[in-house]
Amino acid sequence: MAEEKEFRIPIGPQHPALKEPVSFSLALRGEKIMGVDVRLGYNHRGIEKACEERTYIQDVYLVERICGICSHTHSTCFVQAVEEIAGLDVPKRALYIRTLVAELERVHSHLLWLGVAGHEIGFDTLLMFTWRDREVVMDILAMLTGNRVNYGINTIGGVRRDIRAEDIKGILKAMDILEERTKYYIEVATQETTIIQRLSGVGILLKEDAIKLGAVGPTARASGVARDIRRDDPYAAYAEMDFNVITDDHNDVFGRAVVRLKELLESYKMIRQSVGNLPEGPIAVKAPRKIPAGEAVSRYEAPRGEDMHYVKANGTDRPERVKVRAPTLANVQAVRHMLRDRYLADMPIVVAAIDPCFSCTDRLVSIRDMDKGRTDIIEWSDLRDYSIGWYKRRGVDFSKMGKMK
Amino acid sequence: MSEEDKIKQQLTDRFNFLADKVTIKRARRLFMEVSMDKFRDVFDHAIKSLNFSMLTTITGLDEGDKFGLIYHLASESGIMLNIKTSIPKDDPILQTVTGYFPSAEMYEREMADLLGINVKGLPAGNRYPLPDDWPADQYPLRKGWKSDVLDKKENR
Repeated sequence: MAEEKEFRIPIGPQHPALKEPVSFSLALRGEKIMGVDVRLGYNHRGIEKACEERTYIQDVYLVERICGICSHTHSTCFVQAVEEIAGLDVPKRALYIRTLVAELERVHSHLLWLGVAGHEIGFDTLLMFTWRDREVVMDILAMLTGNRVNYGINTIGGVRRDIRAEDIKGILKAMDILEERTKYYIEVATQETTIIQRLSGVGILLKEDAIKLGAVGPTARASGVARDIRRDDPYAAYAEMDFNVITDDHNDVFGRAVVRLKELLESYKMIRQSVGNLPEGPIAVKAPRKIPAGEAVSRYEAPRGEDMHYVKANGTDRPERVKVRAPTLANVQAVRHMLRDRYLADMPIVVAAIDPCFSCTDRLVSIRDMDKGRTDIIEWSDLRDYSIGWYKRRGVDFSKMGKMK
Repeated sequence: MSEEDKIKQQLTDRFNFLADKVTIKRARRLFMEVSMDKFRDVFDHAIKSLNFSMLTTITGLDEGDKFGLIYHLASESGIMLNIKTSIPKDDPILQTVTGYFPSAEMYEREMADLLGINVKGLPAGNRYPLPDDWPADQYPLRKGWKSDVLDKKENR
C-alpha cells in the first residue's frame, strides 16, 4: 500500500493589485484538503486608528481608500453614521445620487468578479467579454464623479457633484446595452454544460451552515439566505427603489454565479429608477466641523455583503472611534468550511467565489512535504493551471465549447 | 407598537435592571448598556428568545480605566441591538462568544491584538491582524499609543 503523506500548502498572502491579502495554509492528504488555516491581516494599515487622528472630512477620503473596489461602500457607510450623529437632513437628490453610484459600483464589481471567476476556471473568453462590458460602467463612473475608482462623490451632508441632465441619456443607453449582454451571460451560464459541470457541487455551503457561520452577501444568498441590507435596513434611497432580493438554492459556486448575474439585472433596474425619479433640489447641506458627542451604527450592502461602520463622536472635529467590519471578514469562516474535504483543484474557484479579490495576480505557493521536510515553491498561476488541467482530464474543457456571441 | 418597542418591552420585562437602560435611537437601532456579570444572560436571551441571529461585529473602546465592548447583534428583520458592556483595563479578561457565533473568532482576535484584551476560550489559530513579530505589550488602538514606538525600535 502506498504510504499516505500529508502536505501543508501555504497560499498567499501577496497579491498587491487588489485588496485584502490573505494567506491560506492547506493540509492535504493526497489531493484532498483536510484542514484549512487562515492568516489575515497582511494589509492591516491601521485605518481605524488613523481616523481618530484626523478630522471627519479627512476621514471620508481615508475610509474611501479601505478598498479600491468598494470605495463608495465605505465612504457612504461612514458619512451615514456621521450624518446620523450630527442630525443632518441629507437632501433627497443626494441620496439618489449615492444610490446611483452604489449600484454602478455593484455592476462594475460583479462584472469584474464574473471575469475573475471565468479566468480561474480556464474560461478566459468570459473574462475578455465581461471586462470589456465593465468599461461601460467605468466610463459612466468617470463621467459622473471624475474618477474611475475612489470616486470622491460623498461628503458629510450630501454629495459633491450633481448629475447633468444630458448625462442621464447616456446612462440609460448604457443600461440597455449591459442588460442585453447580461441576459446573454445568464443564458451561457445556465445552459452551457461545461460551466454547469465545472461549478456545480463545488464549494458547498448549506443554508444552515451559511446562517451558523454568519455568511453575508451573494455567498449567503446563493445558499438560500435572503439577507440584503438594502431591503432589511434601507439606507440612501433604497426604501423607494423597486427591486428583488435574489436568492438561489444551489448552495455552490454555480449558485453564487447565478445570484451575481441576476443581481446585475436588479442593479440596472435601480440605476434606471434613480436617474428616472431623481428629485430636484440641493445636493448637500452644510455640515458642522465639530460633530456633537454621540454614536451611530451604519450598515450598507456592499457588492460582497454587509459592510458596517460604527462611529463614536466626542464633540471635537475628530472621531473618538471608528470601527469597520468589511464583508470578507464575515465570509472567512464560510470559506474554511467550503474547502474542507474538497479537492485542491477546487481551491481557486471556491476562494474566488466569495469574491474576496484574492484571485488576481501571481502569488507564490509553497508546498511542503511534511514527511521529507522538503519545500517546493510554485506560483498561484501554476495552481490555477493544475486546477484547469485536473478538470480537463475529467472532461471539463472550455476550449471545446461553442463560440460566444 | 413597533417591533423596536416590543423588543425593548420584552427585554425590560425579562430583566428588571434594564428598566431605563434600553434606548431606541432611531428606527431599527437599539442601544443598551449592561454590566459584565449580567451580560451573558442578556446576550443569550437576545439570541435565543428575541431572534437576533447575527453578530455583525464587536467594537472595542478604550475608555480610560476600562474597555467598552459593543456587541452588534442583528436580526433578519433589519433591527440592530447594540449591547454595550465593559471590563476593567487592569484585568481585561473576556469570555469568547464563538460558541454562539463562529464568525466572532476574527472580531475577538482583533480586540486581543489591537486593545490587549485577553479573550478566553478561543480556538487555536493565528493572531489577527498584527504581524507575528509585533512587539509585545504594544496595543495600537489604546488611546495614547503612538506609532513612533515602532520607529524608535527600528532605529535602534
